[in-house]
Amino acid sequence: MDMLQLSGATKIYNGQAVFSNLDLSVSPGQFKVLVGPSGCGKSTLFDGLTGVMNLDRGKISWKGEALAHLGRHAAYMQQKDLLLPWFSLMDNALLPARTGKMDMTRMKSRANKLFIRLGLKGYESHHPHEVSGGMRQRCALVRTLMFNRDLILLDEPLSALDAITRRRLQSLLLLLQTEFNKTILMITHDIEEALLLADEVCLLSPQPMAIKEQFILDQPKPRHFNDPDLLKIKEYMLAQLEGEPTCEAG
Amino acid sequence: MKPANLIAPALVIMILGCWEAATHLLEIPVFILPPPSSIFATAIIKAPLILPHAATTLSEIILGIILALATAIPLAIAMFANPSLEKGLAPFLVASQAIPVFAIAPLLVVWMGYGIASKVFMAWIIIFFPITISLLAGLKSCDPEFRVMFKLMGASFYDTLILLYWPWALPHFFAGLRVGVTVATIGAVIGEWVGAQQGLGFLMIQSNARLQVDLVFAAILWLTAMGLGMWIIVGILEKKSIKWKP
Repeated sequence: MDMLQLSGATKIYNGQAVFSNLDLSVSPGQFKVLVGPSGCGKSTLFDGLTGVMNLDRGKISWKGEALAHLGRHAAYMQQKDLLLPWFSLMDNALLPARTGKMDMTRMKSRANKLFIRLGLKGYESHHPHEVSGGMRQRCALVRTLMFNRDLILLDEPLSALDAITRRRLQSLLLLLQTEFNKTILMITHDIEEALLLADEVCLLSPQPMAIKEQFILDQPKPRHFNDPDLLKIKEYMLAQLEGEPTCEAG
Repeated sequence: MKPANLIAPALVIMILGCWEAATHLLEIPVFILPPPSSIFATAIIKAPLILPHAATTLSEIILGIILALATAIPLAIAMFANPSLEKGLAPFLVASQAIPVFAIAPLLVVWMGYGIASKVFMAWIIIFFPITISLLAGLKSCDPEFRVMFKLMGASFYDTLILLYWPWALPHFFAGLRVGVTVATIGAVIGEWVGAQQGLGFLMIQSNARLQVDLVFAAILWLTAMGLGMWIIVGILEKKSIKWKP
């Protein structure tokens, strides 16, 4: 059974359809990536899934159960790290524990383990402005994992980083799937990133956003671009995206 | 010291120097405009007389500030949490500032007596407005993406207030508090002018009637020092509270 199933999702904005009758499913343990041009409505889709805004039509079902939105079933990580500047990295990571009234001793020990695993050991008491963009994003990743939810929604989490930091963090994103057994739905406009990480890539069209094509990628991870199959898919996707006019809004 | 830091002291010395020279050269009588040297001398020599009055005024201002904080903070938070309350109260808040304190000062003395209460009330009227408005603006300025993050975390309004909105609004709050403490002296002194038995305003009125202009200036000097002192204290509190600001 699919973990998440979205059917007939429609969102109208200012009289124009951002997406219409969109169907999407994510199976347990899958790393699914949606790739589309900037402004095609990818973030709006996530807003609809998480309940930040309501879909005009459509059904969301979670493990077979109909829901208004994913709410507490999914953790959401955005493009900005959204770390609170007045808190240390550790306090930022513990935010879900504080707001969710969880057992702090247990959550602190969990956060400590995650700090070690994601290379933040020794920076627990640093404030966000004292560390690099990559470290801030890693801390945001720890915070996302502290929710302890099965599904993680990633909205272009690495797009604000430089190329080298980005490459390093891509391998950490893989850990979410391989080591933490999370199911991941990620949106990006970076085809290479999608091909390095995904089990399945959905290529999106500009507004009204629709899934143009789906690619199942069964190459073992970590992947490299010396794989001719990946290169071919990349060229094909680029040609598809470059052929489309991009949207201004969304 | 940086050249920019020398501007203020240089300007003060220049003005005082011109003032001192003018009073001597133009032979201005002391009961009209005393020279700064005589004002400073009076401020120090007459300190035993001035200080009890200064203590009264200071306690009125401090009580006014405490009262203002106790009302402005809950009011700003309530208006932030409930926009219709803000719409309903906005005209009253503006009206409270549109009425000159001078106009209601005699009434307050009639209603509340010659004691400290009417002065504290006047200081409160003046201080609570900038604090309320700045804090409300600060709370409203919170980045919507952070609000969404807290919403998705399922955080309660109280948790969001303590962890997000309040720290976010702190710089605005302190900006309002700085304005508040500096204008607080106006409320207290006007109250003392209209009717009081103690305080720097009372001392000024009494000295003025006796043509002791140097004592009037000495009282103003102490009042200025108090305002400046409170400004500095708020600045220190601000730095300590907003350590995270790079």
